[in-house]
Amino acid sequence: MADVEMKEAGGGRHQGTKSKKLSTRIDMTPMVDVAFLLITFFMLTTTLQKPKTMNLYLPEDVKNPEEQNKVKESQALTIILGKDHQVYYYYGTGQEPNERMYKTTFANKGGIRDVIINKWDNVIKNSGGRDSLVAIIKPMNDADYEDVVNILDEMNINGVQKYALVDSIYDFEKNLMKEADDHPVPDPTLSGQ
Amino acid sequence: MPKVKLPRKSTAIDMTPMVDVAFLLLTFFMLTTKFKPNDPVTVVTPSSISTKLLPESNIAMILIGKDGRVFFDLDNKFKKQQLMSDLNSQYHLGLTKDQINSYAIGGPVGVPFKMLPQLLSVPADQRNAFPQPGIPIDSANNELDQWIKYTLNVNNANPDLQFVIKADDNTKYEVVKQVLKTLKANHLNKLHLVTNLKPIPPGTAAWREQQQAAGGANASKQQP
Repeated sequence: MADVEMKEAGGGRHQGTKSKKLSTRIDMTPMVDVAFLLITFFMLTTTLQKPKTMNLYLPEDVKNPEEQNKVKESQALTIILGKDHQVYYYYGTGQEPNERMYKTTFANKGGIRDVIINKWDNVIKNSGGRDSLVAIIKPMNDADYEDVVNILDEMNINGVQKYALVDSIYDFEKNLMKEADDHPVPDPTLSGQ
Repeated sequence: MPKVKLPRKSTAIDMTPMVDVAFLLLTFFMLTTKFKPNDPVTVVTPSSISTKLLPESNIAMILIGKDGRVFFDLDNKFKKQQLMSDLNSQYHLGLTKDQINSYAIGGPVGVPFKMLPQLLSVPADQRNAFPQPGIPIDSANNELDQWIKYTLNVNNANPDLQFVIKADDNTKYEVVKQVLKTLKANHLNKLHLVTNLKPIPPGTAAWREQQQAAGGANASKQQP
């Protein structure tokens, strides 16, 4: 039979022993498993996203309060942040007596943004100059940090270049705030919208 | 009789390319990402439209929790080691080399100086469970001021060192005011506040700028 014949031929050459060829193929499945486990580990424990930051420039403390006097009353908007996301504001810097403080919110419509845009349009019309609006921001001690960041963000959103974060709140401002709480009055300059 | 044998083909797939792809992905993730910082207190930062990225290196972070606790961290391990050695010799804390190293590899720390030896005896990964009262910032005992001064010292007045404030949405402004006052006293007027990104509301000045910038880019693309 054919088989026997082959054997004899093989035997003639290799003296009876036929070396078996072993397969050199490695099963790579465990290696792929390990690789995917490592990928999953890195995917879950690391972050690709870099947190964003907002710049905050604080003015140097001035010995004499001449800085604030340089701002023209007609170009200034003072914003006071209270607790529970309440926003109070009045026109002017507080150097001249004000009759009224108005209350508003951070809402997208009808909130502080509309006030800023409205004031800016007024300022540009009357005084000219795109950079003339000055916002003075005074957060109260119990205001949330979120509100402070939001108001600074509103400055960036509306392109207000000049703004200052001020710590001191006058007594008359506190009185005006209480007045605005008890007897809220709508802002006449906004009623045109 | 000749047997017609159907040629049998091997069904084993060569997996080499798949392993290559897997290792490529792995290398990508290993090189481009950083481990999420393990903060002692979870902070939900407010959102802003600012797209400026946090600087890669050379940052000193002041972490303020919701309850007003203040933590401090530096990102350079060698500087942290040196900072801790300086504080150790100044305040006679009696820290061992192991404790100093443990501080250097750990995350933000928020305890009064007196509690440092106790905190640093706890291994770094268990430190978050340790109750940390925060760094005192009241004017009678402003330890944050000391942390800042020693950090500036260790950095040899390096102008690249950026101070970053990461505070929670609901942190009361009072605490932030005090931190800002401390930073101002050290002549650090340029700060960064960590925020999440929110899209620019349409119809506003910033939105118009963004449209103009995008329009300009499109116009230049259209020009042959």
